[in-house]
Amino acid sequence: MQRLRLLKDKILSKVMLALTVLSVSIVLIIGIGLYYKSVPVLNSSSWVTLLTSSEWKPLKGSFGFFPFIMGTLWVTGIAIIIALPLCLLTSFYITEYAPARIRKILVPFVNLLSGIPPVIFGVWGVLFIIPLIQNHIAPHFVEFSTGYSVLAGGIVLAVMIFPLIVSIVCEVLNTIPKELKEASLSLGATKWETIKKVSLRKAKAGIIAATVLAISRAFGETIAVLMVCGNNAVVPHSIFDPGYPLPALIANNYGEMLSIPMYDSALMFAALLLFIIILLFNIISRVILARLERKLVG
Amino acid sequence: MTNNPHISVQHLNVHIGNQAILKDITINIPNKKVISIIGPSGCGKTTLLKSFNRLLDDTADVKITGKVLVDGENIYDPKAEVTHIRKKMGLLSQRPYPLPMSIYDNVAYGPRLHGNPKKAELDELIETQLKATGLWNEVKDRLHAPATRLSIGQQQRLCLARGLAVEPEIILGDESTSALDPVSTSIIEDLFIKLKEKYTIVLVTHILRQARRVSDYIIFVYMGKIIEFGPTEELLLNPKEELTKEYVKGFIS
Amino acid sequence: MIKRKMEENFFRILMILSTIIVAGSFFLIVGTIFYKGVPFMNLDMITKIPGGGFYIGKEGGVLNAIVGSLYIAGGATVLGLMISIPVAIFINMYLGRKNFIANSLRIAFDVLFGIPSIVYGAFGFLIMVYFGIKASLLGGIVAVTLLVIPILVRTLDEVIITVPRELRDASLALGATRWEMSKVVLRQIRPGIFTAILLSFGRAIGDVASVLFTAGFSDNIPTSLHQPAATLPLAIFFQLGSPVEEVQGRAYASALILTIVVLIITVLSSMLSKRFSKNKIQ
Repeated sequence: MQRLRLLKDKILSKVMLALTVLSVSIVLIIGIGLYYKSVPVLNSSSWVTLLTSSEWKPLKGSFGFFPFIMGTLWVTGIAIIIALPLCLLTSFYITEYAPARIRKILVPFVNLLSGIPPVIFGVWGVLFIIPLIQNHIAPHFVEFSTGYSVLAGGIVLAVMIFPLIVSIVCEVLNTIPKELKEASLSLGATKWETIKKVSLRKAKAGIIAATVLAISRAFGETIAVLMVCGNNAVVPHSIFDPGYPLPALIANNYGEMLSIPMYDSALMFAALLLFIIILLFNIISRVILARLERKLVG
Repeated sequence: MTNNPHISVQHLNVHIGNQAILKDITINIPNKKVISIIGPSGCGKTTLLKSFNRLLDDTADVKITGKVLVDGENIYDPKAEVTHIRKKMGLLSQRPYPLPMSIYDNVAYGPRLHGNPKKAELDELIETQLKATGLWNEVKDRLHAPATRLSIGQQQRLCLARGLAVEPEIILGDESTSALDPVSTSIIEDLFIKLKEKYTIVLVTHILRQARRVSDYIIFVYMGKIIEFGPTEELLLNPKEELTKEYVKGFIS
Repeated sequence: MIKRKMEENFFRILMILSTIIVAGSFFLIVGTIFYKGVPFMNLDMITKIPGGGFYIGKEGGVLNAIVGSLYIAGGATVLGLMISIPVAIFINMYLGRKNFIANSLRIAFDVLFGIPSIVYGAFGFLIMVYFGIKASLLGGIVAVTLLVIPILVRTLDEVIITVPRELRDASLALGATRWEMSKVVLRQIRPGIFTAILLSFGRAIGDVASVLFTAGFSDNIPTSLHQPAATLPLAIFFQLGSPVEEVQGRAYASALILTIVVLIITVLSSMLSKRFSKNKIQ
């Protein structure tokens, strides 16, 4: 009986080990699989050309990813420019100024935002943001705009990353010792001056980590952006121009993928690009956050 | 003893939530003396101290009634300007909390907030205050190093210099030597004794020996009420109240 | 002094405005969905499949998508649990907490957590091509399982860590094997497991990019693993752009259904996790 139990334990532990190793190696397998599939297109032109050329003619076998990379950058850039100030100000308000009652009501709604599926953001974008841009914002700046633009993509993305940034920044701000802030107040500083000169400095690393994490989330967001950004394979020159971020490229063209030679390889290369960049950003931000945590505990 | 008191507390009541922390406190703090507030833990000593520079304002669920007059003006008057009041007092907390900046910037923090001092003025001010707290020789070559690199004793002296730089009238110390080693502790105690020539000093302490060593007057607080107030030697050696007798007995050998 | 006060008041107003924007965007979004979706909600919508083709047919509802989503999200969650529970237990019980390997594994799963669903979708597609699986229920389940495993592992890990060491040591001291001790711990964290299930189900049911390539789409309810399956997110995506008003209406209704389901899941899971931390053994 005893031997049976021990045997069972041993077998199970081997099974668990196998499953764990398998799961973790998924990262590697994905990377290798995507790379393997990208080889044809990598062989067709140098990777410099692939990344910097704007010529996207799949039927001719010419794949320049520059417009899509720029599309991703524009949309993400706009999202961060909108989200970061708003989220910082909101986090300051929640942690420093809001009375407890209001805080208890506010915070759940910010968290609920994070549960909404991306496609719903896309629908909202189409129904609300596109007409807003087309009819109320763009006319002040350009002659004509359909509303489908990197601006729309940026706005929708910004709202999607609100909860991420707010939750991390609030957490970081809450670790600042009360007595430190009291020291500043005792010297005659206002609450705002204390935030500006003391809290911000202390929270700097955490804010950077939150931003990097938000960027990596924004890079990979597919459906919401796809529905509102216009999907035009040109390099955007203004926020009202349409854009075509990398995830949208992959998602829109999977249908043609297998019928045009090398198209599937090109799309897998796009996926590989995304994978590597997001991986990098993720690791950077985790490292920053881990170092922060160690400084606090150790 | 209390002609023209620096701080005059009148019927101060502090409630946090449902609990009464300070009950009907009325006391006059004399000018340019060292006053120690003693009493068992959790009896409201720190709350009393923090009520002097309105640091209680931000506590959740707090209700304050009564008056606290500093230089004759009620600091709890709704029209009073909080930052102006706080500038009059320097606070030294239990553990030193250097601001996340250089030694120089720590001391310069206050003056920069309240005015636009020129570099030469600042340099002089900082040197003066660092000398006053005995830090100058130890840090004069690394003024722009981060303040967190100093030892705890040095950090606490830095916090004192920082507080003095805003030219307060009153220094508040909340068990400010409890995190320090004996050498740093006695340096700070000596500083308090020296500084009372220019400042009124109110200290919270649970070390009776320290209270005896540095202070001119002692306030004994118990369960949110002031039980006794008097000159140091008198209160410690010849306490009038029963509770005071209980608390200080065993101290006098 | 006045300048300082003015600056503080200025920023204070900005802060309140920002907070209203950030917190209020939730209401804006949900409100828009309700506003557009409610007019199209009726019993037919949730009980019938689309008649005459999902893109142009005016009749019917979105039952195909509802059932498809339930199958895929449910299947992926079950499969995911079967993999993640052993993994989470292994990391925590068999490896010990401060173990370097355990922490590296945690980082690896954190990394997996951050990979966007489109990469899982593309990879799932590669697997399908490799094994000769067509776009189908099976394909969708595989891809979504990949997506969901890191979520489950992470949530379970966070929950297992809260179990005090003494409980584990006590059962080990009684002579239990590690596996038997793990069973005790699992029972202890049952609410946490429910939270994990809810979270992963919520993510699985709402995700598009992972099912886009892998599950296909269909007007009908799949009756076997090899048939294509419709999903709510794709139903929204494909039908939103249709010129036919009734079809658009199906898209809005799907959006409404999806939003309601996900909101319920989110609220339930946060209630559970609050309840859970109250009942922990101290």
